[in-house]
Amino acid sequence: MPQNLEHSGSSWKGQQLKHQTSLIDRFDARVRIVLIALFACVVVLPNSLLVAGIGLLIGLLLVVLARLNMKRIFRRVLAMDMFMIFLIIMLPFTTPIKVPADILFELFGLQASRQGLLHAVLIAVKANAVVLALLAVVGTMSATQFGHSLARIGVSEKLVHLLLFTVRYLDVIGQEYKRMRRAMQARAFVLRVDKHTWRSIGYLIGMLLIRAMERSERIMNAMKCRGYHGQFYLLDHGSLAARDYYLVALSVPFLGMLIGMALIL
Amino acid sequence: MHIVDGALSAPVLATGAVLSIAGVAIGLRKLDYNQLPQVGVLSAAFFVASYIHLPLGFSSVHLILNGLIGLTLGWVAFPALLVALLLQAVFFGFGGFLVLGVNAFNIAMPAVLVFYLCRKGLQSTNQRTVAIWGVVGGAGATCATTLFVALSLALSGDAFLLAAKVTFIAHIPIMIIEGFVTGAAVVLISKVKPELLGITD
Repeated sequence: MPQNLEHSGSSWKGQQLKHQTSLIDRFDARVRIVLIALFACVVVLPNSLLVAGIGLLIGLLLVVLARLNMKRIFRRVLAMDMFMIFLIIMLPFTTPIKVPADILFELFGLQASRQGLLHAVLIAVKANAVVLALLAVVGTMSATQFGHSLARIGVSEKLVHLLLFTVRYLDVIGQEYKRMRRAMQARAFVLRVDKHTWRSIGYLIGMLLIRAMERSERIMNAMKCRGYHGQFYLLDHGSLAARDYYLVALSVPFLGMLIGMALIL
Repeated sequence: MHIVDGALSAPVLATGAVLSIAGVAIGLRKLDYNQLPQVGVLSAAFFVASYIHLPLGFSSVHLILNGLIGLTLGWVAFPALLVALLLQAVFFGFGGFLVLGVNAFNIAMPAVLVFYLCRKGLQSTNQRTVAIWGVVGGAGATCATTLFVALSLALSGDAFLLAAKVTFIAHIPIMIIEGFVTGAAVVLISKVKPELLGITD
């Protein structure tokens, strides 16, 4: 198996995703997170294809506004779509058919229903809309900014610290993993479908955890040495600017309108 | 194992969110501030390890490792896995936003169950016993996760019943691989650094 396939299109680069600064970066991170949460509720909860479709358009618009790398986004979204593709292919055939008029077509003696197909499309549109918006608006923050804003919104500080630690050491541990894999490759280890492969990978993971644990002991000692006593301080005190209020004043009525559309239509 | 946004019904989403919040709250209470670096670095290691793709037939599978996470972290698996899922959703586009609670519960609850199930067996001095409980933990957690995923789909509508069954059957090879890998990892850890198993207990 080629080396570059092992991380299936979703490997991270360093500690943050590189991107060009865009209009979206000028808004406060907290406002962005809260608005995306509202957006996800409005798109996912009502069963309206129209609203979901508008959501998908907004998602695409946000991706353009955020000046994301189209190729990379396309690959990511495609990876997600592959996850659910079989669900979507199956739905038209597994939805119970009530009236014969609902039968869309027949395939190998299986009847596909109109409702099932609609349902499948609805799921695909909703999922893509949310993921695109999420990647464009929240995914463009640095992980630190994301963590700090979560804490400011009211998420438990312990959880946020855990998030910041995880992000901080993702790349370090990733490098460690690559080093160990290279050592295995130097000894002619090739991934196969057998017990030897699984045992070796098990040992690799076990060793990765042991090294991570020992690294964390050193980190803890270094932190204690610098006066850590169980508390971190979140140093940035971002304040909302006028443009953040304008954004909220614009988007909340818009989302309300979408809910209205879902209820009426 | 990620379910995407839009597939599940609102009651299932709400139940998952409530259960996950409860689990995360328990996990955070068990997590001491002094253990933060430990758990943070371990959770990064699990994140990296879950990107290892193993060949299987014509395609490849990646491990979930929630059995091993449960055996090392216990209840703290909830916050650690929530963080991992949040990062995956936000920065890698896997999963979704509203379904985060369901996904976290489906993956973290089996981890906690396995922790209680295998805890005793892992303390054995007999290497064979340790290996067997490791296999049980790894395969069991994946099996439970698949069942939970199938259940969340099935509860969201009759149309998903077949999908739920197919999900379960398709994951049987993964359960076997996960069992072997976790078993080997547990044997190594119990020899080299036994305190890593159940550090937050």
